[in-house]
Order: sequence, then structure tokens, then C-alpha cells
Amino acid sequence: MTTRYTKDHEWVRLDGDIATVGISTYAAEQLGDVVYAELPDAGKSFKQGDDMAVVESAKTASDVYAPISGEVVEANAEIKNEQWQIINDAPQAGGWFVKLKIADKSELEGLMDEAAYADYVKGL
Amino acid sequence: MAEAGSSKKLPLDAIWRARTSKFGDFAGYDMPLQFEGLIPEHNWTRQHAGLFDVSHMGPSFFALPKGHGLEGDDAHKKVASLIERLVPADIQGLKPGQVRYTMITNEDGGVLDDLMIARPAEPGAAGDLYIVVNAGCKHQDWALIEEATKGEANLVRADDRCLLALQGPTAHEAAAAVVDPALADMNFMTVKRYDAFGRITVTRTGYTGEDGYEILVRAENATELANALLSHAEVKPIGLGARDSLRLEAGLCLYGHDLDPKTSPIEADLAWTIQKRRREAKDFPGAKRILREYELGAAKKRVGIRPNDRAPAREGVEVMKDGKTIGVVTSGGFSPILNGPISMGYVEAAHAEPGHVVDLMIRGVPRSATIVPLPFVPHRYVRKK
Repeated sequence: MTTRYTKDHEWVRLDGDIATVGISTYAAEQLGDVVYAELPDAGKSFKQGDDMAVVESAKTASDVYAPISGEVVEANAEIKNEQWQIINDAPQAGGWFVKLKIADKSELEGLMDEAAYADYVKGL
Repeated sequence: MAEAGSSKKLPLDAIWRARTSKFGDFAGYDMPLQFEGLIPEHNWTRQHAGLFDVSHMGPSFFALPKGHGLEGDDAHKKVASLIERLVPADIQGLKPGQVRYTMITNEDGGVLDDLMIARPAEPGAAGDLYIVVNAGCKHQDWALIEEATKGEANLVRADDRCLLALQGPTAHEAAAAVVDPALADMNFMTVKRYDAFGRITVTRTGYTGEDGYEILVRAENATELANALLSHAEVKPIGLGARDSLRLEAGLCLYGHDLDPKTSPIEADLAWTIQKRRREAKDFPGAKRILREYELGAAKKRVGIRPNDRAPAREGVEVMKDGKTIGVVTSGGFSPILNGPISMGYVEAAHAEPGHVVDLMIRGVPRSATIVPLPFVPHRYVRKK
């Protein structure tokens, strides 16, 4: 399973028609300690690029955009339960935000792969 | 954020670059935002001592012309009467070595900047004032001061020097060890010059709610001073991020956010900065509105606001009551000490009492919050005598 990245530092990993979405390790490091996050409930649908979630550090509030269109089938219960530390501890594993049921995986083609994202981050 | 190339470097840039890459533009200066992390830096300052580079600010000396022929209190009263044309505080009443917080007000009773004015302790400096204004306002403030006092006094800018703030409950230990043991004996809101690291001007003041110092040092001596402080076990460097969360917990205003040209000192709950002699003389810019509000109360008031859930309410969030807008958040974020969100803002006087429950409109959703007294975290200033 390959992970794809957006320029806004979301990652998405596809398993069948379920896409798991979160924020990148780079984004979590830039943000610093997460003090609040707001995830959408299951059943909500988003188009690629829509505001989907919010994550806040002491420093700032950041919007998290849907990296691919889909319907939320699950939001991370740990984050919903205000255990935000998981976002800093494991942003690209246990700190995932939502799982989306997607319709069109061709939307992923416009996103960066691991190597392209690493280059992109290097240039920031 | 402006590009790094377009903003001024601090004289101590190399010291901070060696410790962090997280810089950002603030008021035209390329400033270190964060070292170890905002929250650990914040907590370190509350428990130990933090060193902040605030050389972007506007320190200056305002002095009667040479050969003024006055001494002691007479010289002070003369120079103080000149600056009182711009501010509502009793500057003439300052004792030698005393510092006062005040504001430059406009004719409409709004605030153009907030600042510190100090009367030097040394008899030889009678007729001088040490004035520190905000970075973003310094050019405008200095122009206003010069215009209002032309030919009667001279303003000497000192923003080519470094201004270092050492803040926290053990700041006095580091200051005494590194600078001079006498620093530990200074009272809060006093100023003194010391023959150390060249010649430095030290005030026991700050912007964190903690005890501490602000030290004006010549650029050529600043590296040595900063390194000496940083090598003390109690001292760590602190970025602009924690400076903001510390002052917010302390309920202190950030100019341009919590204070502006339309907001009066009374609305800002800063009536205590206007002493009786000036209230009776009614002789400062905006006195008409400010004194009317002093007597009758202002229509709105600056308050502390604690969200009743975990969502931070930041600057610009509307404050509502029964579906009607009654105010706005002017500063807001996360309090590491309270481990939750805190905000400061202005609400209609009828809703300004602590305990009132209001709604904060965060991303279109009303969320319950409670009006609370300021500061959020008690001040721990050192007042001797």
C-alpha cells in the first residue's frame, strides 16, 4: 500500500475502497503539541479539497482538507476522546484522522508519492 | 509572514540561529519563534527563568537639552511635564528609579500604544526619562513625541542596542550571579543602571506575569551577556510563541490586538494607570471621553473568557448571548498552566461580570464559555518593603 501526500501535508493510504487519512510527520512536527482536534462524524461526505477537520496547537489552528472525495466511515476514537497526543506520537500510524469510503481512486493520481513529498518538504 | 530576507536581523541573530531554525517576521524583525517547543518553553519560564530577545522593541531616552540648569525633582518635573502631553499617567510623581506603565492616547480617547516610562535612579540623570514602546509602533510613537516636544527635549533612540528579558521565579538568581548581586534587591517596577557588560539599564519588569528583568545592553556587549545568562543552569532561551502564551495567561494586552486607536483605557480595564492628579487636571489627549467613561463606565469592557469545552477561541471569534453579538475575542489560545483554552476580549458591560455564561462562535458553531477575572494565572511580581 503506498501513501500519497498533498501539498497541505495530508497523507492518504488506500486499502480497497477505504482511504485512511491523516496529517504528515512533517506537519505534526511543524504544528507542535496538539491541544485540540475536531474530526467529522461518520456519514459525512467530502469532496477532494473540502475542509474536513481542524487541528490546533498552542501556536495556531490548521484546517485539514479531504485529500480525496469520500464518505467518512470511521473517525479515530482516540482523537475523538481528546487523546490528541497520538497525533504527535504517531501522525502516520495510530494518529490517523478518518477512514473514507471513496468512489474515484483516480483522484489520487494528482498527489505526491513518498519520494516526491520528501523533495517537496525539503524545499520548504 | 514576510520573507526572511526582507526583515531585519537581531544583533544576537547568530546566538539564536545556533539554537533554532524556527524564525518568523514580527514588526519587521526576523525573530526566533520557538526553541524546544512552545509548551515546554512556557512551563520552563513559569518554573525557572526564560531569556527572551526583545530587541525589536523601542527603547529610548528622552531628555531635557544639555545645560537645562535644573536639578533633582525640578529637572524631573520639567521633563515629565513634556511627556505628559501624550500620556495620562502621573509621570511627574515618579520617584527616582520608579517605572510606570502607561499609554499614548489620541484625541478620541483611543490608545495609540502602551509603553513603560522610567525615571532614572541616578541623581546625575535627573531630567532624563527611559521610555520603552512597542516594536510595531516605535517609529510613529517617536515621531509623535518629537513633534509634541520639539525644541524642549531630545529623544535619543536606543533600538540599536539589545533588550533582553529574563523572566521567571529564578530570574533573580541568574541575574545576581551573572550581572550583579544587587539585581536581586531591586523592587518590581524600578530601574537602575549597572556598570557591567558595558553600561546596562535594568528594569525589574516584564511581560509574563512572573518576576524578572528587562536589560538594555549595547550590541557590542550583548553577546557576552546573553551567553553568560544562557550558561546559567536556570536559564533557557524562549521564543516569541511562548512570550505570547505567557502574557495571555497573565492577562496582559498585546497592542494592535487587545488595544487599538478606537479602544479607550477604561474599556481596556486600565483605569488604574491614570492617577488622580491627571484625572483632576483633565489635561491629556482624549481626557473628555476617558474621564466620562471613568465616571459612568464604558459601554464595553475587556474580560477574561474561559471556553467551557476544549476548543480554543482565537482572535476574531464573536461572543454571543441569546443569539445576539455582544463582543469579540481579541486574543486567544491555549494555556499550558490551566491545560485548556483561554481567551481575552471585549464584551458589552452588562455581560462583563465574572460568572456570566456566553457563547463563542467557533467555525459557525456556538460553544459555551464563562466570563472570568484576569489574570488567568496569578502574577508573581516581587514587591519588597
